[in-house]
Amino acid sequence: MKSLILIIVSSALINNVVLNQFLGICSFLGVSKQMKASASLGGAVIFVITIASAVASLLYNFVLAPLGMDFMKTIVFILVIAALVQIVEMFLKKKSPGVYKALGIYLPLITTNCAVLGVALTNVQNGYNFIESVLSGFGTAVGFTLAIVLLASIRTRINEEDIPAPLRGAPIVLISAALMSIAFMGFGGLSF
Amino acid sequence: MKKYLERLYNGIVKENPTLILLLGMCPTLAVSTRAMNGIGMGLSTTAVLICSNLVISLLRKTIPDEVRLPAYIVIVASLVTVTELLIEAYLPALYKELGIYIPLIVVNCIILGRAEAYANKHTPVLSVMDGLGMGIGFTLALTVAGAIREILGNGTVFGAQLLPKGVDPIGIFVQPPGAFLVIAFIIAVMNALGIKTRQRNLVEDGCDGRCASCTAVCDKVKGGDAK
Repeated sequence: MKSLILIIVSSALINNVVLNQFLGICSFLGVSKQMKASASLGGAVIFVITIASAVASLLYNFVLAPLGMDFMKTIVFILVIAALVQIVEMFLKKKSPGVYKALGIYLPLITTNCAVLGVALTNVQNGYNFIESVLSGFGTAVGFTLAIVLLASIRTRINEEDIPAPLRGAPIVLISAALMSIAFMGFGGLSF
Repeated sequence: MKKYLERLYNGIVKENPTLILLLGMCPTLAVSTRAMNGIGMGLSTTAVLICSNLVISLLRKTIPDEVRLPAYIVIVASLVTVTELLIEAYLPALYKELGIYIPLIVVNCIILGRAEAYANKHTPVLSVMDGLGMGIGFTLALTVAGAIREILGNGTVFGAQLLPKGVDPIGIFVQPPGAFLVIAFIIAVMNALGIKTRQRNLVEDGCDGRCASCTAVCDKVKGGDAK
């Protein structure tokens, strides 16, 4: 039990996917312009990464590894993720239009989000079993959501400030991300 | 001959993928902890980029338009797997250092972006030159960022001691926050010098028009915002 909690805390805070591993930077910097969009993307990411880690873990442990084809994992995972996002999109569109409306447009954006593939590969590298993989995927996605929502709120403040011309745009956003990253380094001291 | 050299100039200077187009931010931030890592990552990506441009250009009339993106992804993923296995076999130290970022070359925007923006419309030789130019541009940018971080954070460059022994290096620069800071200030310096970067696309849309897989999504996201 303790080790499972540790996996969530470590993937959400200590090894934050954006601020420490630099995965999913594109959507982190781009979508954080708007608070509402950030929260929706975060929701979609939690949904997709959790399912993707579960499916990738099952595929790896029960198909690829027994067949001795683990070198195929990158190709298999990227295709599975792309297909999965499509299926989730179609399913949501049909079964729950409300959720689809809120998350739908962000779902395709997630296929190219390297965080999804990154989590699947990290889980394999760490030798996680099914439950550990799902929890690590969930934790990572929560970490992503936390980071993007925090950055979005910082950016709403930045917009009202007078920033030196060369720093406007990407530089000030990256500097904000750097400061957040320093703050998150503090979680490195967490231990149970 | 001139148009081949023009491709190289375009990739290294005019449309440098990292510094001007701001593509492939994930590997740029992640592996620029040392100049040597920058070169390793840059050259691995270059190898994949040249091969993927070549293969996609050769198949450009065979691949049906509707399924081109999945087809490109499979081609790129296969090439990345081959590259990963080669690095693991011949350069184990680099393999350990770059770790998960080697398989993640698959989702590097530069590769799919060049496939969509260039290789599927041009001849194989031109596409290879384009891949070479873009790859060198990416490698140079990564190496420069890596060298800056290594000097500031470790006092060395390519492992050679640069700062005098008495000077304490600023450790934060080889830690994750240093990556954000160094890239931020590189873009700021370019802004101050009046060099145009496409940073607006990066921080406003989250995706660049040149990134194949993003284009359709960007339209959707923009359309969604407008509602």
